[in-house]
Amino acid sequence: MHEYSVVQSLMQRVEAEALAHKARAVDRITVGLGELSGVDPELLLSAFELFRQMVPLCRNAQLQIREIPAAWRCRVCDTEISKGEVLRCKICQKPAQLACGDEILLDRIELEVP
Amino acid sequence: MCESCGCGDPGLVPVEIHERILASNDERAAHNRQHFAGAGMVAINLMGSPGAGKTAVLETTARRSGEKRLGAMTGDLATERDAERLKAVGIPSVGITTGSACHLDATLVHAALHDAPWNVLDFLFIENVGNLVCPAIYDLGQTANVVALSVTEGVDKPLKYPVMFRVAELVLITKVDLLPHLPGVEMEELYANLAKVTPGPRIIEFSAVSGVGVKEWIRWLEGLATGRSGKAAFIGGASS
Ligand SMILES: Nc1nc2c(ncn2[C@@H]2O[C@H](COP(=O)(O)OP(=O)(O)OP(=O)(O)O)[C@@H](O)[C@H]2O)c(=O)[nH]1
Ligand SMILES: [Mg+2]
Ligand SMILES: [Zn+2]
Ligand SMILES: [Zn+2]
Ligand SMILES: [Zn+2]
Repeated sequence: MHEYSVVQSLMQRVEAEALAHKARAVDRITVGLGELSGVDPELLLSAFELFRQMVPLCRNAQLQIREIPAAWRCRVCDTEISKGEVLRCKICQKPAQLACGDEILLDRIELEVP
Repeated sequence: MCESCGCGDPGLVPVEIHERILASNDERAAHNRQHFAGAGMVAINLMGSPGAGKTAVLETTARRSGEKRLGAMTGDLATERDAERLKAVGIPSVGITTGSACHLDATLVHAALHDAPWNVLDFLFIENVGNLVCPAIYDLGQTANVVALSVTEGVDKPLKYPVMFRVAELVLITKVDLLPHLPGVEMEELYANLAKVTPGPRIIEFSAVSGVGVKEWIRWLEGLATGRSGKAAFIGGASS
């Protein structure tokens, strides 16, 4: 389950940021997850529950997940291709490209600073 | 003062980051890419389900690739069996035992690079851990992603594992010699399903048993070395 290794990378980044800001604790972590990111929101949450116990600064942190739907568009005329259709523009006959939906992002953190 | 939600808590400070969580893997992958470019080698990240025929593809490649200098890294949870199989057909190989990790990452590949048993190569094959999910999300620094999908796995796999097929520059449909025994497998349906999850997919039907597709596969590899192969168009997503 790679959600564990994703959470591990997340925690390292968050902890470094919290230390740099001399924070007392991390209150909230917001993550953006694309529909085609390969990371499952539920599994990420349960991995987070486990890992935050091991990072003192994050013990009481909340993980908030912003789910990002996938969108495919024509690279020429920008027409959106609907879900479940062939990923090729009907007008230009060109292969579509992913406009969004593969993100695995750390958006922001909220820190308790003395 | 908390600016983002106006909660009024004087001690809450929001910090905007907006960075890929796997940024450190991306950095190491970029470093691997420099290694590959410096050595003039094409690196293939070969992915697919357990038993899809990945090692068989490489064994066949070894027999049919003539003068090309090949090397391999094989990712496996517990054994180095695939590396041994490849050495037996003359491909210098390093096994990467991942323990519990279900995918290779750029750090594992880098470590293997530094104790690799070769000096110069034309093609480095990185056989990933058999898994249709997470190997797709870790950049290794490869030149191209190849996904092996065997005909026995069923034509619906692209729809069930869109993340993997989306990143494929090439889909090798393996074990096609078995098609006469699989009356339920419609190749047209498989092609249609692939077209719904990856734009302009390049597809080669392959068999390690009959030799179908081997020439085409080797030609595709040669095209990568000279920059002619690849997908019908640039692939890549919003943040990749
Ligand atoms: N009929 C037929 N069988 C094949 C072909 N290629 C592989 N096989 C068989 O499929 C099984 C798995 O092949 P491997 O090459 O070990 O597959 P793999 O994807 O490397 O497997 P893992 O590394 O364990 O995930 C073996 O029993 C092979 O003999 C093929 O083209 N035709
Ligand atoms: Mg294998
Ligand atoms: Zn168009
Ligand atoms: Zn994994
Ligand atoms: Zn190095």
